[in-house]
Amino acid sequence: MFDSLSSRFSSTFSSLRSRGKISKNDIDATCAEIRQALLESDVALEVVESFVAEIAEKSTTALATMQSGTNQANAIFEIVNASLIEILGGSARRVRFAKNPPTVIMLAGLQGAGKTTLAGKLAKFYADQGNTPLLVASDLQRPNAVTQLQVVGQSIGVPVFAPEAGNGVGDPVKVAKAGVEFAKAKQYNMVIVDTAGRLGVDADLMKQAGDIRDAVHPDEILFVVDAMIGQDAVRTSQAFLDGVGFDGVVLTKLDGDARGGAALSIASLTKRPIMFASSGEKLSDFDIFYPERMASRILGMGDVATLAEQAKKAFDGDTSEKLEAKFARGEDFTLEDFLDQLSAMSKMGSMSKLLGMLPGSAGMKKQIDNFDEGEIVRTKAIVESMTPIERRDPKVLNGSRRSRIAKGSGRAVSEVNNLVERFSAAQKMMKQVRNGAMPAGMAGMGLPPMPAVKASIAPKKKSKSGNPAKRAIEEAQ
Amino acid sequence: MGLFSKFIAKIKGENSFAPADWQDLEGELLASDIGPTLTRELLEAGRKVKSENAQEALMQTLTSHLCDKSRQPLTNPDGTTVVMIVGVNGTGKTTSVAKLASHIKKSGSSVVVAAGDTFRAAAVEQLQTWGQRIAVEVISGKANGDPASVAFDAAKRAKEMKADYLVIDTAGRLHNKSDLMAELEKVKRVVEKISPVNEVLLTIDATTGQNGLAQAKIFSESVNVTGIILTKLDGSARGGIALAIEHELDIPIKWIGTGESEGDLAPFDPDAYIQGLLA
Ligand SMILES: Nc1nc2c(ncn2[C@@H]2O[C@H](COP(=O)(O)OP(=O)(O)O)[C@@H](O)[C@H]2O)c(=O)[nH]1
Ligand SMILES: [Mg+2]
Repeated sequence: MFDSLSSRFSSTFSSLRSRGKISKNDIDATCAEIRQALLESDVALEVVESFVAEIAEKSTTALATMQSGTNQANAIFEIVNASLIEILGGSARRVRFAKNPPTVIMLAGLQGAGKTTLAGKLAKFYADQGNTPLLVASDLQRPNAVTQLQVVGQSIGVPVFAPEAGNGVGDPVKVAKAGVEFAKAKQYNMVIVDTAGRLGVDADLMKQAGDIRDAVHPDEILFVVDAMIGQDAVRTSQAFLDGVGFDGVVLTKLDGDARGGAALSIASLTKRPIMFASSGEKLSDFDIFYPERMASRILGMGDVATLAEQAKKAFDGDTSEKLEAKFARGEDFTLEDFLDQLSAMSKMGSMSKLLGMLPGSAGMKKQIDNFDEGEIVRTKAIVESMTPIERRDPKVLNGSRRSRIAKGSGRAVSEVNNLVERFSAAQKMMKQVRNGAMPAGMAGMGLPPMPAVKASIAPKKKSKSGNPAKRAIEEAQ
Repeated sequence: MGLFSKFIAKIKGENSFAPADWQDLEGELLASDIGPTLTRELLEAGRKVKSENAQEALMQTLTSHLCDKSRQPLTNPDGTTVVMIVGVNGTGKTTSVAKLASHIKKSGSSVVVAAGDTFRAAAVEQLQTWGQRIAVEVISGKANGDPASVAFDAAKRAKEMKADYLVIDTAGRLHNKSDLMAELEKVKRVVEKISPVNEVLLTIDATTGQNGLAQAKIFSESVNVTGIILTKLDGSARGGIALAIEHELDIPIKWIGTGESEGDLAPFDPDAYIQGLLA
């Protein structure tokens, strides 16, 4: 909906480039563009102002030593990018483990920020690294938040300490305290305390959060914040900083298409590092935070790293592996595989969004906006109207079968014909894949080659642990 | 004194607003999340304001950005009124379903709700707990089941029962996931085999920044949103993105959410909202 900073840059800079030397006025004009773009990305005004002032100063200094307009334009862009990365990641660090376990992590944030899901993701992340986390259900407010945490814990084989059913009953401070004691007694090396969502302006609940903190002495308090948040990020993060304090920030729902400028506001105003990025409803959709990626995202520059990852997620789980196995057996690419690919494709998110992630796509904005997503849906409908035999062996598709399929899917016969043709082309392409030209998942779609993604190799099973908590987790898996 | 009245007072008094005051006003407008474009428009309009009618003129400028569609709830005169609640994750859908059902019940109509979020862990139980609290029947299927079939069964049941209202909860989904948006379309389509869906309410969290526009746009394209529930207005966020949504997409805000209890839902009041933007 907004022109990204990169497309603003493209136009500003192409005019800069055609001029010999960049003047002070040019810098001011560019800074005005940056200002507007950052505001559209939800960066808070005060942060924008100081950021832009810094860019103007650095650019003026740098220009003195530059020759051509082209270099100068690129230099400014680099200054912007580097400054963003510096603010976002200047103080990046990992979770501090307690000298005497358990390491206690407490989550805090607004209602609906995604704390409970995040608790599960953190637990999985650390359990996968050989830790023995215990989840503690201290959100006794939201109806069935406790049940939610229990379901989450069960799905990843991490035990949940939940002595109270919640729904407004029970004391979250006591539960948190008892949870940590339980963890100590049972030798869990990590405790993750889920808490109820609360507003920064709710004095009672902020005090309660402080009480939980004082009861469990967390090694880390993580402020969980939705990447879609706007200007309120300033007031709310300050309220949590004053009310309970926090040591790090987690951004959630990064699989959406919000620019996420609030990350810049929070990092710059609270001086707390953004530590994790949460990007999906699956408990594995979680990673440490990469400042470079966030900088590209705020700039709207095309986040290739994330694109590659999403592609990998969508394809290597089922589709690529299945395809690779088929190839290994020397079998052919069928319409069923094609359908799998299409489903994976729509799982990855909207096509135009995906294309928009590619670098340099600012110039293709028009084409991207015109990209017909309905195409995938229609194609799917056609393939779904075929019988399994037809999908496996499209050669059987005679005229009457084709018209039946057309009727079943509500499409024209010509569209069915068209699909069959495209499929044959894709099939040919897949044969080339066998020779290693591009990753299997991508070929049939006629997409440009992507950075190759290897199916992840499952870590070797270690021998069972002597620690009872750790052993319980290993056995649950 | 709110910034707005401060602004008006200044214009009235000396008819000269110092540059620093303009900066303040810009800051306040931006801080409400109405967005940089609308902010610039409003500042330009503000500069043209004459001293005598300053207050009126500014209110008018802001108000002129609201959409003029009716904010009345849409109903079905010939049977069960079906309301779907949609939106991105965590914006307050399930809570709003409960609040709305409670409101309907209090106003004397019969209502059932459908637990259409079969995806998120314990979402069905969450609505069931609400159902017990407000004494409203909850129609649910099995967890991880097909949301469309739950909604279909609920629509059938509501019709058989001759319930005045059916309110359908749906799973949270990010608007950029086309498979999930297609699923939502299917839910609506399937329900419409039984009864028309009269109202589709989109929950927008008041803390949402400029992304709210994309949310409203894509949800509308997909299931034809007929109104907005602006949730969590009890916090420090002013919910200015809803003004931008009204302005750009012509979708009326119908309800506001102001807390976590069933009574914390109110019809949208344009004047109070506009004043609150600059509070
Ligand atoms: N303060 C406040 N919290 C709300 C409001 N509406 C919902 N919530 C809270 O926001 C969180 C998410 O709500 P929920 O209805 O589960 O969201 P859903 O995921 O969209 O169904 C819960 O903790 C609710 O209690 C509101 O108007 N004000
Ligand atoms: Mg819900």
